[in-house]
Amino acid sequence: MPFLNEEVALRHRRRTWIPGLLLISPSLILLAVFVYGLIGWTFNLSLQDRHNARPAKGYVGFDNYTKLFTADINDRFVHSLQNLVVFTVVFMAGTLLFGLIWALLLERRARAEGFFRTIYLFPMAVSFVASGVVWRWLMNTGQGDSAGGINAIFHGLGLGFLESPWWTHPDWGMAAMAMPAIWQLAGYVMALFLAGFRGIPEELREAAVVDGATTFQLYRQVLFPQLTPTILSALIITGHMSMKMFDLIMSVSGAQWLTEVPAVYVWQTLLTRDYAKAAAISVFLLLVVAVVVVPYLIHVNRSEKRS
Amino acid sequence: MTAAVADPAVQTQAPAPGPARRAGFPWAALIRYGLLLFFVLIVLMPLYVLVVTSFKSGREIGVNGQWNLPEQWTFASWAKAWTALGPSFGRTFQLAVPVALLSSIIGAANGFVLSRWRFPGADLVFTLILFGMFIPYQAVMIPLREIVLWLGVPSGIPTLIFVHTVYGIPICTLIFRNYYATVVPEELIEAGQMDGAGLLRTFRSLILPISIPGFVVTVIWQFTSSWNDYLFAIFLSNTRNGPITIALNALAGAQSPDYAASMAGALITSLPTLLVYILLGRWFIGGMMAGSVKS
Repeated sequence: MPFLNEEVALRHRRRTWIPGLLLISPSLILLAVFVYGLIGWTFNLSLQDRHNARPAKGYVGFDNYTKLFTADINDRFVHSLQNLVVFTVVFMAGTLLFGLIWALLLERRARAEGFFRTIYLFPMAVSFVASGVVWRWLMNTGQGDSAGGINAIFHGLGLGFLESPWWTHPDWGMAAMAMPAIWQLAGYVMALFLAGFRGIPEELREAAVVDGATTFQLYRQVLFPQLTPTILSALIITGHMSMKMFDLIMSVSGAQWLTEVPAVYVWQTLLTRDYAKAAAISVFLLLVVAVVVVPYLIHVNRSEKRS
Repeated sequence: MTAAVADPAVQTQAPAPGPARRAGFPWAALIRYGLLLFFVLIVLMPLYVLVVTSFKSGREIGVNGQWNLPEQWTFASWAKAWTALGPSFGRTFQLAVPVALLSSIIGAANGFVLSRWRFPGADLVFTLILFGMFIPYQAVMIPLREIVLWLGVPSGIPTLIFVHTVYGIPICTLIFRNYYATVVPEELIEAGQMDGAGLLRTFRSLILPISIPGFVVTVIWQFTSSWNDYLFAIFLSNTRNGPITIALNALAGAQSPDYAASMAGALITSLPTLLVYILLGRWFIGGMMAGSVKS
């Protein structure tokens, strides 16, 4: 008899999960079409000979991709990748650094913690387009007597040697471009770290203190190792945001050679109706993001099953 | 970060003060609060510039005294900015409010199914949904324009409502899935099933009434991100039918921009999302934390 009961229960379960699938299926269809379908469409386009408004002249394999690296005028695509690397490194390092410092300063019973948190996080509520307006002003390129923005402060303080051409510097301009992005997202990384610190059981700290650990040892050997998942999340989130950075650059410098990254290059290429090339750049960008994000999602999925 | 979504305030709040520290002059505290205040000044600096410059008149914008308070406070630049941004300001509400409501409702249904009414392969499906939240939208943008036209969605705001709703499904699903996994006990569902309640009735009468905190988080998140979006806006609309970010960029993006009006415009553009942040800050943070996927 128990056997029969189990079978009944099984049949019952099988009957009940179907409505769930039905309820979620409109979303699944939408995402299948608008995420995976359109990615497939873009990929298909990237394999064709379609460089103007006229219909494609046929398939050319991966030519559009190899041409990005070998036959792009002035190595424009490689240049945009170099820009992206500089931006990403400075942006990720900056958000991690400030996020960590702020979290460390606030982590242990700071008075008025809520006030500081609110201030550090507020730039996150502002759009890149709006913050770009003020950062363009702050990163005024005038120096010396015609200094403006941040340079004017340096000039006034007698720190003239700190004055900078900011994002117009041919090699390190993208490092300056990362400053507004750090301003906007360091608070977010702080919030991640704070949540991480507060997720560590109090007993761990107490045990370390009882064992006579110094504050430095406590953080270095007990607390930081516990934060590995937090750091991983922070790196993935800031990293993938960085690779997609578009609004900020369009707002601070507009679309131009000096500050071009692949996300902006796609837009510029579309304006010239070179659809296949724009598609190839997009797919390349997607691959770079996927290489980072997909293992992370799989990892999250697995560790969730374990717990 | 499940708990952060369920109640964002919990994890980020400091534990109760421990035993008293050693006596003596509190150098550590002095350095600590000195640094905290220094960083407050740095973070607020752009806001100071925005406010101060927006109240200056045209002739005060020159090189000298850029950082000073206005000699004469004037609303002229605000008036100019409002003339440029006013129509799109209203349009952006018509965009952000429906997007926030639609994607939240869809997200709630999906999150419920994926956490408490699971089907075989639900985890894989969930991961496939989540991937949609990380893609660079350039990778769908070229055919997106064509397919939206082909579907006959009117251009401008209706198109953007549709697009933001669709691409908002992953994050809303994630937030609700984590939320339900924390607050809805399995027993509640089972009790409902005992009473013969089907999926829809369980969802409507048992789940929705306890979903308000989840809705607050997703509504804020979707409102803010569709309000602040520029990428979809520039690809799928223009200054005549697009949202406020497009209008602001047109106002501020000129070769020699009127900085006073641009900054007043930037403030006008940011006002709704800043208000949401100030009034509903802890839920705002809840949405952000969900972005880190980890649960």
